Amino acid sequence: MSGFVRRLAGIPWRSIAGEALSRAFLVAQAYCAVHVVDQHLCSLAIVRGPSMLPAMNLAGDVVAVDKVSARLGRVAPGDVVMMISPEDPRKSVAKRVVGMHGDSVTYLVDPGNSDASKTVVVPQGHVWVQGDNPYASRDSRQFGAVPYGLITGRSFVGRLMQSLEPIFCFMAP
Amino acid sequence: MARALAAVWPLAKGCITGSVVGITVADGVASVVTMDGASMHPTFNPQQAERVLVEKRCHYRYDFSRSDVIVFRSPRNHRELMVKRLIALPGDWIQIPEKQEIRQIPEGHCWVEGDNAALSFDSRSYGPVPMGL
Repeated sequence: MSGFVRRLAGIPWRSIAGEALSRAFLVAQAYCAVHVVDQHLCSLAIVRGPSMLPAMNLAGDVVAVDKVSARLGRVAPGDVVMMISPEDPRKSVAKRVVGMHGDSVTYLVDPGNSDASKTVVVPQGHVWVQGDNPYASRDSRQFGAVPYGLITGRSFVGRLMQSLEPIFCFMAP
Repeated sequence: MARALAAVWPLAKGCITGSVVGITVADGVASVVTMDGASMHPTFNPQQAERVLVEKRCHYRYDFSRSDVIVFRSPRNHRELMVKRLIALPGDWIQIPEKQEIRQIPEGHCWVEGDNAALSFDSRSYGPVPMGL
């Protein structure tokens, strides 16, 4: 019993505790760095669903999302953006920007059934987003113009896919 | 040249580490916001430019309750922050006294109003605000 206690006293607790603390601090710093890069610089996202066919796959596509240009306001019509859904703040959706503030957007109200179209002017501080697949997309035609503050990032998957295309063709059976 | 760099490097490393940790804490835990404007008088006094501690943990679960004071990005200008009181949550019905109409707050949106009703630019002007903001 006393031998055990002596061995216990012999272990250098202080240096172990010091090392553990410094390792934990390193892990915390790494987590903070990853968080900052993910939230404010660049991030990856997986998009699923039929609303952006044919640009994005039904089963899932990895999209590189650039958050800096969205924060600086450099989003232009034709960009695919990631945004928080106005209908459910826990969901992120990817859509294409069709009109910015002041633009006049004409869209088909119900492309499957009729040819009726409507024209709206995008109010200040908002953007008009639409999915590439108008038959199966819930977008600004349903929930109206989206405030710019909901946009979290702009995707640059177009350029990424063009440069990686040969690799994917080689890998896919 | 190399000696100057060696002297500055620990300082630069400390600054970068501190700022990264600071940004993470500001995003995830709490941050400080300076108040401007008279729309929340008498809760926040406009002359004194009060500093407000803003808690960010609510973003993870979105469990706001009615009559919380919330900070959000303005729907008109995403670079501005607005501070207002949350009046109604999604699915509530509210009545606007001036316009004598009854509206239901759509899914995912909330109704905000400032305490100082005469001077406040809030949901009575721009409608329900998406919770994502």
